[in-house]
Amino acid sequence: MKPTYGTIAVKSAMLVIAALLLFAPFLFQDIRALEVAARICIFIVLVASYDLLIGYTGIVSFAHTMFFGFGAYGSAIALKQMGPGWDSVALGTVAGVALSLVVATAIGLISLRVKAIFFAMITLAAASVVLVLASQLSQLTGGEDGITYRAPDLFKTATKLAVDGDGKVLRWFGVKLNGKLAAYYFVFATSLVLFLIMLRITVSPLGTVLKAIRENEARAEAIGYRVVAYRTFVFCLSAVVASLAGSVYAVWLKYTGPDTALSFAIMIDILLMVVIGGMGTMWGAVIGATLMVMAQYYLRDLMGAASEATAAIPLLPELLAPDRWLFWLGIIFILLVYFFPKGIAGTLMARGQRA
Amino acid sequence: MMNRVSETLGRLGGVNLLPLALAAVAFVLIGAPSSWVTLTVAGLSMGMMVFLMASGLSLVFGLMDVLNFGHSAFVSFGAFVAATVLAALSTWLDGGWMLASAALALALLAAIAFGLAAGLFFETVIIRPVYRDHLRQILITMGALIVSEQIILAVWGGTPVSVPRPSFLEGAWIIGDVSMEIYRLFAMGLGAVVFVGLMVLLNRTRIGLLIRAGVENREMVEALGFKINRLFIGVFMLGSALAALGGAMWAGYETLITPALGGEMMIVVFIVVIIGGLGSIEGTLLGAIIVGLTANYIGYLAPKLALASNMILMMAILMWRPSGLRPAVK
Amino acid sequence: MTLLSLQNMKTQIGQYHVLHDISFEVPQGGVFVLLGRNGAGKTTTLRSIMGLWQPQPGSVTFKGKDISTLATADIARLGIAYVPENMGIFGGLTVEENLVLATAKGRFDQTRLRRIYTLFPALEQFWTKQAWSLSGGQKQMLAVARAIIEPRDLILIDEPTKGLAPSIVAAMGEAFREIAQDTTILLVEQNFNFARSLGRDMAVIDDGRVVHRGTMADFAADTDLQGQLLGLSA
Repeated sequence: MKPTYGTIAVKSAMLVIAALLLFAPFLFQDIRALEVAARICIFIVLVASYDLLIGYTGIVSFAHTMFFGFGAYGSAIALKQMGPGWDSVALGTVAGVALSLVVATAIGLISLRVKAIFFAMITLAAASVVLVLASQLSQLTGGEDGITYRAPDLFKTATKLAVDGDGKVLRWFGVKLNGKLAAYYFVFATSLVLFLIMLRITVSPLGTVLKAIRENEARAEAIGYRVVAYRTFVFCLSAVVASLAGSVYAVWLKYTGPDTALSFAIMIDILLMVVIGGMGTMWGAVIGATLMVMAQYYLRDLMGAASEATAAIPLLPELLAPDRWLFWLGIIFILLVYFFPKGIAGTLMARGQRA
Repeated sequence: MMNRVSETLGRLGGVNLLPLALAAVAFVLIGAPSSWVTLTVAGLSMGMMVFLMASGLSLVFGLMDVLNFGHSAFVSFGAFVAATVLAALSTWLDGGWMLASAALALALLAAIAFGLAAGLFFETVIIRPVYRDHLRQILITMGALIVSEQIILAVWGGTPVSVPRPSFLEGAWIIGDVSMEIYRLFAMGLGAVVFVGLMVLLNRTRIGLLIRAGVENREMVEALGFKINRLFIGVFMLGSALAALGGAMWAGYETLITPALGGEMMIVVFIVVIIGGLGSIEGTLLGAIIVGLTANYIGYLAPKLALASNMILMMAILMWRPSGLRPAVK
Repeated sequence: MTLLSLQNMKTQIGQYHVLHDISFEVPQGGVFVLLGRNGAGKTTTLRSIMGLWQPQPGSVTFKGKDISTLATADIARLGIAYVPENMGIFGGLTVEENLVLATAKGRFDQTRLRRIYTLFPALEQFWTKQAWSLSGGQKQMLAVARAIIEPRDLILIDEPTKGLAPSIVAAMGEAFREIAQDTTILLVEQNFNFARSLGRDMAVIDDGRVVHRGTMADFAADTDLQGQLLGLSA
């Protein structure tokens, strides 16, 4: 198939984003920009894994943050209890993945055979129960305050990856080669690997089967695909990837709490990202995550200014306040689902095809 | 032998006996009759308020196969509208029995009116364009929920709002060593009135006949010459108004409300309709009472388990009956 | 006089063209039979007339009025009743409630009700039973009764004899003959003997097209044509 104008646009956007993320520490030399870049990496994986579920099989889960949280809390608790070492990270990650697998299998087997809507409700209920449990089991999870811990020594800001003649940390293009840099590339590399694995899966025969199920469940069943088994498998797969992303994020942040790993706000972020970017294309996850994370960090500043500018008008300043940015995102979200259900990536690629 | 037992149980009321069984087990476990009565009343009143919130959701799903994830927005709005009216009429609340009742009635009516209007808007603007598309339905109603919550935050702020209530609903009735909060009895009574009203509407009126027929077979109702869309707008508005009423009652029960109220109740409401079986009013009532009783008994016996208990209850019932206790005939 | 007229009706369901070219005219009075193999498009034709699928605009005329773009409810109110293949009975409602729902004003016309009791005595017997508890034949009777509880000009009936015992099929045939005295019936049927005994005019559909139109008497006499169009062996 001849690559279309739209596809080229999407693919070149991918290359630009990948390049920006790869060279982020050198291009934007401040701490906040690096936080943004790391968050984008993690959310690309998280959203792509969610897209495996919603975009490729057409089932809506509200428990994706829960699996992200299992991974994050797994690492966090292990690092806190056993001290900062690679063994803690490994153990915590494996524990998070194992818990995610068990819970995902249980939910999948109970509810994936019923209507999509039942599944959405049950995952929502499960996620909220886990959220409450996390705040109640405060000895283990730190409750509402979360857990602060240290990452493995390699990732300490004080760690020198290379030294110059004076024993000071070596600089490349003005960037200190310290533990922070190592941590960023740890996040970048694991995210890239996870993303590529998912990308590979979507173009494999499995991806084809999933699309067949999404398009026409009854027909897929008639052809002989075991729809429930496939769905449960994908649900588990996306849960495991989300859990891994959570573990990596926990190592990067050195803090895990409900707001960073478990809250319903993150679930809403994921939903917004996948819809804005475009469901059913892995590229959509990249675009959605990048745009949304950037907006989260930088758009609020803009809204603050707008709120002050409209101070004289009733209600508008309240709606333009930085805290209300979800209001506008919600409206954009609804309009997108109505008018551009394929999101940015899907719409762009379709446009090219028609031309 | 097992067949005989289940037959006898079926004749006595089948799954309707579950709340009684629950109450009996709790009676043994709790040990103190007075605490048991207090908890049972609390559970029933909570169940009735949750029933108000859940009945519309269930009915709308049954009739039109639409699940509105934004349903809890009506609950929140009902709570805040009622709180605002009560606060505005706070002088009436201290002005004797008549004025206080009038203030309460006005607050509840305001919530209902708001629910009707919001339901009309929601049905025609948000849901109508995505009738038969479940995926987009879930996403759109979720988006509407996000926007509604933000509007509540913008209008009422994020700090808790206190809800004044008439003095004749304050305090408790004490009979022997049993104490029952008056507000809870009031909520129970109101819920029961609404339930009876709904049953009469569904079973004794032509509109109700149409709704029941529509739940079973939409196309055939159309083929008999009825516009099901009009019926649906009506039912959606009714459901939203009931949710708002439930929210208003809940506000008076909690006396201090935050914008998180809708989200918290949504989980309970979902669990109730899943347990009860989507689409049936009796099932919703049954589910609501079971959840209300369980929450209160467990809250007393093992407070740490309170929220997980709903989840465990739901899982257990789903394994036993995958479409809930009393689903609508399909 | 022509009651219902289909002109080059095409119907598309999703991305599939199910009906390509359906043209026939149903005259006023009597039974018009629509024959054809399984999957030929008979049910889709009835559903398209009823507005449950969207037919090509301008292709359906009823009593001289274009009904192709009307909503199902409006089509029903013009005087067309529909008895679908699955009968469309409301199982949770009683026999009485099923029938009262089909009346225009929520009240029974006693004359019509007595006529229904005469045609289908079982319905009077099970008047207060919930419809799901009826037998298959009784459900079919209820579905037909629901279609004639109000005066109608045209009744669309989809395979009413499917799965019924021979004695009930015979009773159903009697009832249809009775009904057809003052109401036109458009009958989709697989049971050729049943169709032959009732029909005056007929059409055969195959693969979404009308492949034969004529009188039942001519068609019944031509066994070659039957074999060719319906796959019936003589």
